[in-house]
Amino acid sequence: MAEQSAEALKTTPLYDRHVAAGGRMVPFGGYSLPVQYPAGIMAEHKWTREQAGLFDVSHMGPSFLTLTNPSGDAEADHAAVAALVEPLICGDIRSLKPGQVRYTLLLNETGGAIDDLMIARSPLVPGSLYIVVNAGTKENDFAIIARAAGDKAKLTRADDGALLALQGPEAVNVIAQLAPAAADLGFMTYGAFDWNGTKLIIARAGYTGEDGFEILASADVANQVWDALLADDRVKPIGLGARDSLRLEAGLPLYGHDLNETISPIEAGLGFAVSKRRREAADFPGATRILGEHGGELSRVRIGMLVEGAPAREGADILDADGTVIGVVTSGGFAPSLGKAIAMGFVPPVHAAIGGKLQVAVRGRSQTAEVVAMPFVPHRYFRKAKI
Amino acid sequence: MTTKYTPDHEYIRVEGSTGIVGITQYAQEQLGDIVFVELPAIGKVLKKGDEAAVVESVKAASEIYAPVAGTVTEVNEALGGEPGLINQAPDSTGWIYKIAIADTAELDALLDDAAYADLTK
Repeated sequence: MAEQSAEALKTTPLYDRHVAAGGRMVPFGGYSLPVQYPAGIMAEHKWTREQAGLFDVSHMGPSFLTLTNPSGDAEADHAAVAALVEPLICGDIRSLKPGQVRYTLLLNETGGAIDDLMIARSPLVPGSLYIVVNAGTKENDFAIIARAAGDKAKLTRADDGALLALQGPEAVNVIAQLAPAAADLGFMTYGAFDWNGTKLIIARAGYTGEDGFEILASADVANQVWDALLADDRVKPIGLGARDSLRLEAGLPLYGHDLNETISPIEAGLGFAVSKRRREAADFPGATRILGEHGGELSRVRIGMLVEGAPAREGADILDADGTVIGVVTSGGFAPSLGKAIAMGFVPPVHAAIGGKLQVAVRGRSQTAEVVAMPFVPHRYFRKAKI
Repeated sequence: MTTKYTPDHEYIRVEGSTGIVGITQYAQEQLGDIVFVELPAIGKVLKKGDEAAVVESVKAASEIYAPVAGTVTEVNEALGGEPGLINQAPDSTGWIYKIAIADTAELDALLDDAAYADLTK
């Protein structure tokens, strides 16, 4: 089936590498990408948790938003570019330090999530932001951002190159071989690093719950960077299947499943992404709803569940102990690190207490599901020791 | 003893009037790591093509259909604790259920070794 639609699909600069490595190519977000390599999802998942996994995430939407006429005053220029994007999102971009990366959400007028994304302040160029959005939403996101920027800033897409994610406890030791200075990055910071005469944009961030890096490289060096990373015995290529099981264990929402245009950041348990300054100013889309929800007026919240028996997948009903349908699973599957099924879904807050016993309907039968705190598997992000 | 196959990649190994049903080597490779198997109830009466069991990989659930009509006589309880047996040995210890075949003539409509090999070429 994948073969039939392959012609219409876009490929990343690493397509030939995936095929050569035995990747099973599937359509995803308009691109042909490997769901797994011959090792299989389980082995790839565990390798990432124990060593370092290399993911091709070039389908995503990296971009740069840069002031058209910077003043030369770094702080004033940053404030000016931040002021262009802040009306679209709930995060505090203005307070970012050079090189700092922030997770935030692009919101519609009713406070629903148009996308979740990363926005970072350039460590080098005053008045420039590095923005990475999701694959499936990038055309719309870029249009919204470009419209908001008007003629004050230029949005330059960088999704014609390669975006690689190197994730796992060994990632820092591997990146130290490739670009030694990148190993000194703090969590959620980024920089530009020279490698063999070319420039790599490297951020210490990821989507697995592990320490790791995301590397933006131009298309002409994509294969060289891929090969250089895989030359390290601690690194194996990892497909989309394990990317999904890893982020699920890490309790991270997937746009289009656990987030959509009807779901607010508060409902999704992403209240940390609604920055304090923005809450106090109430100056973001859907502020009335979101501030009300922040104050406790919530009709549903995202929960995590440990599921007994068969995995409960997206769309499965969530029932209370009495068998009344109270919500729906938005992501679910088997957690290789835990050896059992886990799921995320939305239920009214009254059913969201940790330890609560709910049920999920799988193929017409009810199975026990216990509400648990997320992440399901503890995050192991790099935190610099405070001196 | 003969083995027959469905185009959906189930096999049925016939011993007298009993059939042992599982999924083929090709199918387990396609599905990847099996993490859960839902077995049929013993005594369940199946028509040809009925959903008899479900195997779940990390990514997805796949239905296993009855290759022929009959009654479930035994299930592979070992799969409860070790669903990966289907990956390791789909045609031996990874069998799924046994069926008392209602009409052995239904076997004639299934694929033989050569035809199945041709299908998965």
